[in-house]
Amino acid sequence: MKKILFLSYLWIFSVQLNIMAQEVPLIIWPQMEQLLTKQNDTTYVVNFWATWCRPCIAELPYFEQLNKNYKSEKLKVILVSLDFDVELEQRLKPFLNKRGIQSEVYLLNEPDANTWINKVSPDWSGAIPATVIYRGNDYSFYEKSFQYKELDSLVNIKLKN
Amino acid sequence: MKKMFVILFMFIIAAQVSLAQYKIGDEAIDFNLKNIDGKMVKMADFAEAKGFVVVFTCNHCPWSKLYEDRIVELDKEFAAKGFPVIAINSNDPEAYPEDDFESMKIRAAEKGFTFPYLVDETSGLAKTYGATKTPHIFLLRKENAQFIVKYMGAIDDNPKDAKGVSKKYLANAIYDLLAGRDVETKETKAIGCSIKYRGEAE
Repeated sequence: MKKILFLSYLWIFSVQLNIMAQEVPLIIWPQMEQLLTKQNDTTYVVNFWATWCRPCIAELPYFEQLNKNYKSEKLKVILVSLDFDVELEQRLKPFLNKRGIQSEVYLLNEPDANTWINKVSPDWSGAIPATVIYRGNDYSFYEKSFQYKELDSLVNIKLKN
Repeated sequence: MKKMFVILFMFIIAAQVSLAQYKIGDEAIDFNLKNIDGKMVKMADFAEAKGFVVVFTCNHCPWSKLYEDRIVELDKEFAAKGFPVIAINSNDPEAYPEDDFESMKIRAAEKGFTFPYLVDETSGLAKTYGATKTPHIFLLRKENAQFIVKYMGAIDDNPKDAKGVSKKYLANAIYDLLAGRDVETKETKAIGCSIKYRGEAE
């Protein structure tokens, strides 16, 4: 019995560690492009944000909610941080831990945004927040802030297509 | 039903107009906005200027802050050559209290702004120009008393580190104009803080 308790304690501890230690890969454009061009039947919601962007932070819970509510569906939420690489350990990771962010997070380390903004969408001025929702070649871009309801209905359209 | 369609159609048109952005070669409108010293400023006041570096910026945005010193340097170099900087804050201080008029005065003094720092009290100028984020640059050249858009977008290719800049997009565009050449790179894009227009719901 004692052993079981100890094991379950270890298990709980490791789960907690898993939740706490959010992996944040540093990526450059070629990897980013792969995240935007996956050819399968999963709907991808890719949100561009940063810890310093207040409207981005305001809508983060909606993306988290989406990630949670559609766990059983073919949907994946990807958060792409545009924080600077030097802020990864000091700022971004503590931020994610504090808020318990569960969605996949990447840090896009490509300072000259002029080389890649148009590749995400020619309609993007560069203002954040910005979001791509796509499934296969059905690709939609939004330069705006979202409420949950709108996000949910846009995702539903893609899922049912 | 017909009436509904007409209203809907008008709404669509209005939405498109409000999202329109100047294109290269368009005439930019002059403005008449309040400077931090309380005086009204318009481009027509600068009789000697060959053009202007119009910078939509603000206090709160980290990416604007990263460029403040560089904007002061640009004004120091290019005002004397006929292209002074005019900075404009179009943000809603309801959303960002540190972008209010008093804070603008303080920030300009702290950073030693050598150029006007104007408040766009309705956000109307940002909408007309199509400025969506801070910082967002519009380089204008005076041609027969008109102000023509010659370059739009970013200041350079490295917000994070001024020493790491390899492409000075804006400065190069001004050099092109000063040399009487066509601007080589007319439009660039950069990440920035979205401008919160006044009077718009969350």
